[in-house]
Amino acid sequence: METATSTITERAKISVRDLNFYYGGFQALKKINLDLPEKRVTAFIGPSGCGKSTLLRIFNRMFELYPEQRAEGQILLDGANLLDKRVDVSLIRAKIGMVFQKPTPFPMSIYDNIAFGVKLFETLPRIEMDERVEWALRKAALWNEVKDKLNQSGSGLSGGQQQRLCIARGIAIKPEVLLLDEPCSALDPISTGKIEELIHELKNDYTVLIVTHNMQQAARCSDYTAYMYLGDLIEFGPTNDVFTKPKRKDTEDYITGRFG
Amino acid sequence: MTDKHLSSQFDNELSGISTRVLEMGGLVESQVAQAVYALSTFSSEVATQVLKGEERVNQMEVEIDRDLSTIIARRQPTARDLRLLIAVSKTIANLERIGDEAARIARTVQRLLNSGVSSRMRLPVGDLTFECELATKQLRKVLDAFARLDTEAAVEVLRHDDQIDQEFDGLMRKLITYMMEDPRTISSSIDLVFVAKAIERVGDHAKNLAEQIIYIVKGTDVRHSSVDAVEDLVR
Repeated sequence: METATSTITERAKISVRDLNFYYGGFQALKKINLDLPEKRVTAFIGPSGCGKSTLLRIFNRMFELYPEQRAEGQILLDGANLLDKRVDVSLIRAKIGMVFQKPTPFPMSIYDNIAFGVKLFETLPRIEMDERVEWALRKAALWNEVKDKLNQSGSGLSGGQQQRLCIARGIAIKPEVLLLDEPCSALDPISTGKIEELIHELKNDYTVLIVTHNMQQAARCSDYTAYMYLGDLIEFGPTNDVFTKPKRKDTEDYITGRFG
Repeated sequence: MTDKHLSSQFDNELSGISTRVLEMGGLVESQVAQAVYALSTFSSEVATQVLKGEERVNQMEVEIDRDLSTIIARRQPTARDLRLLIAVSKTIANLERIGDEAARIARTVQRLLNSGVSSRMRLPVGDLTFECELATKQLRKVLDAFARLDTEAAVEVLRHDDQIDQEFDGLMRKLITYMMEDPRTISSSIDLVFVAKAIERVGDHAKNLAEQIIYIVKGTDVRHSSVDAVEDLVR
């Protein structure tokens, strides 16, 4: 399907080329082509089952955990194909962090939640590790709330704090891309506001891709929006255009709530 | 195409606000026609009625504006719903200004009558009536175009604005001739200049409304564009 795309001149961090994806015999993504600009927030919107979460999970090869799932085509991170079997998946995940819908703190202390991932990739002296943990928690706007209880369990935090802990864990390994799969759907408006503020901060350093069911959230915090439907990418363009003057009628019907 | 929202209440709110814009448009159109009728018949009574109607116009603008804020706050409209509401906001401001022009004409009529002007002075009020017919026709057409979101009709309104401008220029020449031939008519002729200008402004407002219709449908802001460029966009 031909996608309505505005001319985007910014440098692409990730380029998706002719991507098909299958759950067994079912084709969930159909020939997706997409250039995701560097250090920008791109939101993926669309009704349930449109393939937006599926797409996000391909970026860090999460789908490989399930033998019946397969992807065809290319995903180029700075020009190198991530889907190439010869590329070590743990290296990909060091560059591409992910945060899920439900907060998933590890059953360990707040400090170790952050340090755990870092230890997989780097061997840091204690003092540098302390600095890294503080840096990540500050970035995630959580430091002031947890600095006096770093040794307490991460699961004792509120939902919003747990989600920010997961974001801190995601950025502690200093990835280049951050994938957020409905990061606020289990959170109250205040926590959501904090995460959105954080997303705005994060794009100074990272390329952020966010899947959301909340269209207002996509409108509020993204620079670019991709609308997907039934495995097709229908429209991709600057968020300002997509929400005021979408090119496709399908997109317009969806974002104005006419989708039936 | 399904033109219905998942929320039928939202549909009702949007169609309700469009209906009220049309109602307000109908009211100001009749205000302008009445004001010029008051002039052509030298009727103080009709002029007074127009000034009374002006209050209703102002009140409608305030009410529609209030409804707009409510809808925006509750629905967070996007795309063409958003464009419709923004266009409505500008449309009612223009309609209210048309109402002001009608009231200005009505006050002029009262002033002329108070200074003893009557039909015996043979002022060119017939020409003003013609200019007024052109303007109210434009207004009617643009309101119809708004009701049907008809961009082609909106372009025609933009194109025909020239006619009113030409009529206005003709009237100026005529009034200048009157004043040169008979200096006693200077004072009342100047009043008629302002009336002619008020009617010409009504035409300009109708043009603004036409631009808003194109914005709703096409999403392109065509203010300050040439008619030809707008025509290319629409066709």
